[in-house]
Amino acid sequence: MQIEFKQVGFVYQPNSPFEHRALKNVDLTIQDGAYTAIIGHTGSGKSTLLQHLNALLKPTEGQAIIGDRVINKESDNKNLKSIRQEVGIVFQFPEAQLFEETIAKDIAFGPKNFGATDEELGDLVKESLEMVGLDESYMEISPFDLSGGQMRRVAIAGVLAMKPSVLVLDEPTAGLDPQGRLEMLEMFERLNKEKGITIVLVTHVMDDVVNYADNVVVLEKGTVVKSGSPKDVFDDVQWLKEKQLGVPTASEFALKLIDKGLQFDELPLTSKELAAELAKLSVKKAGDASC
Amino acid sequence: MLEKLIFGRYIPGQSVIHNLDPRAKLLASFYFIGLIFLCNNWQSYLLAFAFTLVVIKLSGISLKFFIRGVKPLIWLILFTVILQVLFTKGGTTYFEWGVISITQFGLMNGAYIFCRFVLIIFMSTLLTLTTAPLALSDAIEYLLRPLKVIKFPAHEVSLMLSIALRFVPTLMDETEKIMNAQRARGVDFSEGNLAQRMKAIVPLLIPLFVSSFNRAEDLAVAMEARGYQGGEGRTKYRKLQWRMKDNMVIIAFALLTIGLVFLRY
Repeated sequence: MQIEFKQVGFVYQPNSPFEHRALKNVDLTIQDGAYTAIIGHTGSGKSTLLQHLNALLKPTEGQAIIGDRVINKESDNKNLKSIRQEVGIVFQFPEAQLFEETIAKDIAFGPKNFGATDEELGDLVKESLEMVGLDESYMEISPFDLSGGQMRRVAIAGVLAMKPSVLVLDEPTAGLDPQGRLEMLEMFERLNKEKGITIVLVTHVMDDVVNYADNVVVLEKGTVVKSGSPKDVFDDVQWLKEKQLGVPTASEFALKLIDKGLQFDELPLTSKELAAELAKLSVKKAGDASC
Repeated sequence: MLEKLIFGRYIPGQSVIHNLDPRAKLLASFYFIGLIFLCNNWQSYLLAFAFTLVVIKLSGISLKFFIRGVKPLIWLILFTVILQVLFTKGGTTYFEWGVISITQFGLMNGAYIFCRFVLIIFMSTLLTLTTAPLALSDAIEYLLRPLKVIKFPAHEVSLMLSIALRFVPTLMDETEKIMNAQRARGVDFSEGNLAQRMKAIVPLLIPLFVSSFNRAEDLAVAMEARGYQGGEGRTKYRKLQWRMKDNMVIIAFALLTIGLVFLRY
C-alpha cells in the first residue's frame, strides 16, 4: 500500500496561545514494499508525521493519501479501522501499551478489534510470538512478569498480529541491549524482504539507516529538507554536520582515512562497503609493490 | 479533548499579576469567592465585574480565554440558573403552571447566580493562568504551616501536591500516547454505547496505573538516593517574598470590600 503526502501541514491546538506548528508543506511518498527511514532532530515533527500515517491525526492543511483513502481536514473519524489495520504503528516504548492478563490475550487484542475469529487468533498469536523470537511457553504468562526487552517484543508482536501491510516503527530499539537490537532490526528486515511489508523506521542511529533503509527522509522544523537513497543523503558530509545529524560510523572512519591520504572511489556508508573499498586498495597496493 | 480545558493551565508571562506573590494571589482568590456573596443588587455586581475586568486587563491575557474557560461549564451554570428561575417565588408573577413559575425574584436570582458563577470561574481561572503550579504549591505549604500545631503534616501534603502538579502534564502526555497506541490497535474511544465505551477505557486505564506505580517506585528511589529524609531540617530553594505590590493587593481588596458593603446597605 502506497502512502502519499501532499503539502501536509499540521498545527497543534490552533487559535490558542498554546498553538504549535508541527508540520509544514510535507511532500512525501512511501512506496509499496519500501524500507523508509525518517531522521531528524528531537522536535522536528517525526512523531507527528507518524501519527498521520494511520490517520490518528488529520492534516490541518493539505492531504494524506493512504492506499485509496484521502485524509484531509474534513474527513470524518468513521471507518478508519481499515486504515489502522493496514498501517500498524509501534510507538516509542511500546511496552507501555500492554494491559491484558496474559501475553496471548494481549497479542490477540489488536486482531480481535479488527474482527479476527477465535480459530484465527490462536495461530496468529503463535506466529507473531515466533516472529519476535519468543516461544509458546510465554503464552499464558502475565506480560508484567517479563523483562523490559521481552515486554517490548510482546508489544511488537501485538502489532504484527494485526497483519499490517505497512509497519511504522518509532525508535523500536531505544533502550535495548546490543544483541536484542540486532535481532529486532534483522526481524524487520526479514519482514520487509520476505513478506514485502512496507517499513517506516524512525531512528537516531545513522548506522541502522544505511544498513537497512532504501529511502531516507530528513525532517527539520516540520519540513522535509532532504530525501532520497542513503547514498544521496549521506554523500554531503558537510551538510550533515551542519544539520548536526551525524554520519554513519563507517563513513566517519573513512573520512579519517581520507585525511591520512587514502583515496576511495566513493564514500563508504556501511562497514561492508568500507571493508570492500579497503580490500580493493590493498589489492592495488600489492599490485603496485610487485611491479 | 483535554486541550479545550483552559481552567487549571498556566500561561507564562511577565505582567503585574504574574509577578505577585503566590500567597497573595491564592488568598485573594479565596477571599474574592467569599466576597461575591456580599453582592445583592445590580450595582454591586457591576462593581465586582469592573474589578475583575481590571484585574484581567492587568494580567495581559485576552478576555476571550476566560470566556472560553466558562464554556465547558456552561451547561452546569444554565441548569442551576434555570432551576432558580423556575422555582423561586416572590415579587411579580409573569407566568405560572403548577409548581413552575417565572417571577420577578426568580429572574433576578437566576441572573445573580449566573454572575456569581462567571465571576468565580474568571477569578479562579486567572489564578491558575498566572501562577506556576509549583509557586502555588509553595504558597499552600506556607499557608498550611500554622496547622502544624494540630499535628497536620503540612510538608508531606505540600510535597504530594507539588509532585502531583509536576506529573499532571506528564501523565496527560502518557495518556495521550497510550490512547494513540491503543487506537492504532483498533480501539475506538469515541464510538459505541455506554457499556462499550467503558470497556474501551480498560486498555487505557491499566497501563496508566501500571506506569504510575513504576514511576512512583523510580521517583522514591531517586529521591532517597539524593538524600531525602522527610521534611525535618530542610532549607528552601524557592523563597517566597512579600513585596510592596502584594500589599497593594490587600489595599485593592479592602477598597472592594468597603465598596460592596456600602452598596449592599
